Amino acid sequence: MRRAEIITAFILGLFSVYLMWKSGEPPAWNPDAARFDNIGYDDTGAPGSGFWPFWLGVIMLASCVWTGINWALRRTPASVSTAPFLDSYGWKMLLTVGGGLIGFLLVIEFLGFYAAMLAFLVYYIRFIGRHGWAVTLSIATAVPVVCFFFFDIAMRIVLPKGYSEPLFIPLYDIFL
Amino acid sequence: MDILFALFDGILIALQPMNLGLAILGVVIGLFVGAMPGLGSVNGVAILLPFTFVIQGISGDATSPMIFLAAVYYGAMYGGAISSVALGIPGASTAVATTFDGRPLALQGKAHIALMAAALASFAGATVSNMMFTGFAPMLASVALDFGNPEIFALMLLAFATFAGLGGDDFPKTIFSICFGLALSAVGFDIISGEPRLIFFDIQGFSHGIRFLVLAIGIYGISEMLWTMNASRGKSSMSKVEVSFASMTNALIRFGEAWRGTLIGSVIGFFVGILPAAGATPASLMAYGVTKMTSRDGDAYGKGAIDGVAAPEAANNSASTGAMLPMMTLGIPGSPTTAVLLAGMVIWGLEPGPLLFSAQPDFVWPLIGSFYISNFIAVLVNIAFIPLFLWMLRMPFSILVPLVFVLSLVGTYAAYMNMFDVWLMVLVGLGGFFMRMLDYPVAPAVLAIVLGPIAEPTLRQTLLQYETFTIFFTRPIAGPITVTAIVLILLPGLRLLWRHWRAARVGTAGN
Repeated sequence: MRRAEIITAFILGLFSVYLMWKSGEPPAWNPDAARFDNIGYDDTGAPGSGFWPFWLGVIMLASCVWTGINWALRRTPASVSTAPFLDSYGWKMLLTVGGGLIGFLLVIEFLGFYAAMLAFLVYYIRFIGRHGWAVTLSIATAVPVVCFFFFDIAMRIVLPKGYSEPLFIPLYDIFL
Repeated sequence: MDILFALFDGILIALQPMNLGLAILGVVIGLFVGAMPGLGSVNGVAILLPFTFVIQGISGDATSPMIFLAAVYYGAMYGGAISSVALGIPGASTAVATTFDGRPLALQGKAHIALMAAALASFAGATVSNMMFTGFAPMLASVALDFGNPEIFALMLLAFATFAGLGGDDFPKTIFSICFGLALSAVGFDIISGEPRLIFFDIQGFSHGIRFLVLAIGIYGISEMLWTMNASRGKSSMSKVEVSFASMTNALIRFGEAWRGTLIGSVIGFFVGILPAAGATPASLMAYGVTKMTSRDGDAYGKGAIDGVAAPEAANNSASTGAMLPMMTLGIPGSPTTAVLLAGMVIWGLEPGPLLFSAQPDFVWPLIGSFYISNFIAVLVNIAFIPLFLWMLRMPFSILVPLVFVLSLVGTYAAYMNMFDVWLMVLVGLGGFFMRMLDYPVAPAVLAIVLGPIAEPTLRQTLLQYETFTIFFTRPIAGPITVTAIVLILLPGLRLLWRHWRAARVGTAGN
């Protein structure tokens, strides 16, 4: 936990610096303007477009430095904790569940929402939750069916279907 | 008298079939959401917000969707106690204090007494709060009409300062979280000049900005479930609850012992709820503390005192209405959940703030009327369906969690029809989990992304108009608000100095 605390403060500090740098970008309509021209007052006497995010970035960077100082002086619970950031259960949970979510998104890109829902629910309920096939398949088929009739048919919110689109054309003919 | 007539008209509109149906549905969903560990009012409201576009499409106005979400908010406040008592796991952060005495009561075989006390105290707290809201709201709205840009920015500053000074979380991490949310709200286009700005890594998906729902659902749908799974390890133990007519009648009679906690919770809840960014969680904890402190038998608390259940439950329901007061009159959310509701109001085309009462009375008074109706429905449904909710609590995490994830992804896509936002939502969720593990508070970031589009233009316009920062101190309304905000920001440091000074004095006296 102690190591995670300082690494996170460092990464967030880098993000703060990036934010400050990005805030000072010249506008698209005047690319020849100097960087950081817009973090102060412009010609109209008003704060420029970079004013708000730049100075927020400064405060964020100062917060990260303060967190680092607290870490060095061991003032916060995380900075003195020798416990692991995540134990083996936590990492396994993050990899299986977080990985499952990323997999869900990837399947959406290729096979669409409904196929992805089916696959994700089977993966989670059967392989992570270790429920029987009856429960797994009941939920994994019911949820996409309910969502299809609610979104595509009732609300006309068309969810992406990827390569599985041709399978839905007969359904559109029947229900729409 | 005009207020009473307006309220009566509002109640009649809230009783129209569609609105009444939405209130009932919202309360039932809210009860379920609040009862489920890991889900609370803010999760329910955030995940359901995309679906309110459908409601608005049918009703044609913003009143019906708002009634629905407010009912979900109400129901969740009632529902949190069910899990706290039966499982020992707070249904939401607002029900943490309920476990202190609710769980011991359950372990003594008196879960029905705890659940009945929670339901009735919730009803009493919300009723008291609704009446105070009805009285205070028009008055505060008329005062707020004198607010200009400096006053509005000062209020934003006060909202953030309340989080920083009173939140109890790590101070620099809270400041970072607030500024992070404000910075995210600036992504996309500069409101004043119209220039594209902060298109991170030149990814064009950021050009339409980072939408509020992406952050809210990512944090409250994804990262919250991950955190709960890690913290609870999927373990829970359900107490046996005897539910019969005789036991519930006995529980009703025993509620008379909890009048003091109910009263304290109702009053504290409303006034803490009003504070920007405070909300039901600190209100319930504070009410519990005050009730215990002022009790003749403080030692009984923590071991099954009925007052110990009634006080936080009255407070969290009272605070939920109180939190809506600054949201509707000043445009500042009084709690994380009302931050989500505020964003919903903006999405539906409303302008929260003092003008809402004068320009949109047809929205305001039906909503206030719906508070009374939702409260009444909630207590009836809660008591009647206790056995059903207890049965639902047996739903394993391994079934609840994937359903929440599916709903989160589908809801985000349905709102914006854009896969970039869905990807961003999941990444925010995963990042939010890491932040939570390291004690970075996430609620300030959500509050900040809602208030950022108000805070930035009011600051810049003030500086353009008055050309000096001192205006925030010299205006008669902005001045005290700004000073209060600065004191709150300095409060953690002042507390530290006070502790050092006292320790030094004690050391000197000892010598």
